[in-house]
Amino acid sequence: MPSKDQTLEQKLKQWFMCWTLAELRSGLNLTLMQLVAPSITLKFPKEQTPRSRRYRGALALRRYPNGEERCIACKLCEAVCPALAITIEAAPTPSGQRQTTRFDIDAFKCVHCGLCEEACPVDSIVLTREIHYHFERRGDNILTKDVLLATGDRYEAQLAQDRKDEEDYR
Amino acid sequence: MNEFITSIWPLIWMVIKIVCIVGPLLLAVAYLTFAERKVIGYIQRRLGPNRVGLGGLLQPIADGMKLLFKEWMIPHCSSKSLFILAPVLSLVPALVMWAVVPFTETWVLSEIDAGVLFILSMASLGVYGILLAGWASNSKYAFFGAMRACAQMISYEIAMGFALIGVLMVSGSLNLKTIVMHQAGGVTHWFIWPLFPMFVVYWISAVAETNRAPFDVAEGESEIVAGFHVEYSGMGFALFFLAEYANMIIISALATIMFLGGWRSPFEGISGLPALALPGFVWFILKTSLFLFIYLWFRATLPRYRYDQIMRLGWKILIPIAIAWIVVVGLMIQLNWIEVL
Repeated sequence: MPSKDQTLEQKLKQWFMCWTLAELRSGLNLTLMQLVAPSITLKFPKEQTPRSRRYRGALALRRYPNGEERCIACKLCEAVCPALAITIEAAPTPSGQRQTTRFDIDAFKCVHCGLCEEACPVDSIVLTREIHYHFERRGDNILTKDVLLATGDRYEAQLAQDRKDEEDYR
Repeated sequence: MNEFITSIWPLIWMVIKIVCIVGPLLLAVAYLTFAERKVIGYIQRRLGPNRVGLGGLLQPIADGMKLLFKEWMIPHCSSKSLFILAPVLSLVPALVMWAVVPFTETWVLSEIDAGVLFILSMASLGVYGILLAGWASNSKYAFFGAMRACAQMISYEIAMGFALIGVLMVSGSLNLKTIVMHQAGGVTHWFIWPLFPMFVVYWISAVAETNRAPFDVAEGESEIVAGFHVEYSGMGFALFFLAEYANMIIISALATIMFLGGWRSPFEGISGLPALALPGFVWFILKTSLFLFIYLWFRATLPRYRYDQIMRLGWKILIPIAIAWIVVVGLMIQLNWIEVL
């Protein structure tokens, strides 16, 4: 709509733009450019968004390359956990080493803050990049030592590589 | 017995021809919905449906099956017979219009001299389906949607009719085939050039006439949920959907015939282009698809008009332009600037 304080030139320009459908055409042009531009949607199950090396996903316990558990039952993670999700019981092994007899994490309590990983002196408890996991039965949310070690074994190659890549920043 | 067959053979032949038109048409409608979702998807830099079949090609079939098997709810307080009649009444005119559309010089179901008049009258009938649907549903949203749709379609029909008068003046005929015959001689002889403002008026009114974005206040999800078909489900809803898309196709086909030379190749009269010597039918489909793409492009680009703006555009701008250009066309014909056969 032309207003009173417009100059004649502005009015003429606006009149011209209006009758040549200038704004309509520029809008259509914009959407046409978007039509030929590549799509940014990922085909999810096949393609996934890249995740950082420091991504805090599913919990896991790692082993040394010789198969020995890294965890020495120092209970630092249990102490630092802000959600009180970790429960550890320990006893000496026949060879006299400290080892956990129970290492439970309640996945419903866990807030994935990653403080346990930072507290761990032996890189035992870690958060993997994995985000696709679920529980099917009541009680499965308590991640036992066996479950955690199994998760660690499954992602060991990637976990080791990620920690090696991050070495300079730790 | 032989005599009996010869006597009813024209009837059977007619039914076969009707099936040959309506079958592919309904398939085209189904795939137009797919094309719409794909085009709008790509414009918004998404992928659109791609799960069912190769690249999502079976998606419309899946949608059709879903709608077919859904329960058709009839609201308790509705007027039952009208409620059932309304979707039929809105789809039938959209299909009947194809009777007079010439696909090529010889492919036309019934060549009648008042073809344009027939199409305009059938297009007007379509509004009854919407009106009855809104009224019979006994719901205020449906009623609002129906009122909006009616007022809009009645206003824009005038502008559309005036825009077509220009074509009639230049071609001197209401027969769709004759109109196309007058556009012989390649792209420069198409009616779009002398009648360009008419073409713009026609196209804007056509979008409004079919209740498509940006003139889809009759549906207006944000205010009146889905307008006139809010109470419909299952196949009743599907029929309205089919009618809307069939209307889009017929309006695009009409634009092709009126302004873009129907089945005629744009390279007519230029010798030495054998590679582009496609059959007329293919040109007709290509040009119609172009208009259909513009429909989808508009929908992905423009926000919905406000209701009073729609009325202002129709009555105060499009109708005066169309009338003014009728005078201009008349002058051009009088001064022999346009050749009238």
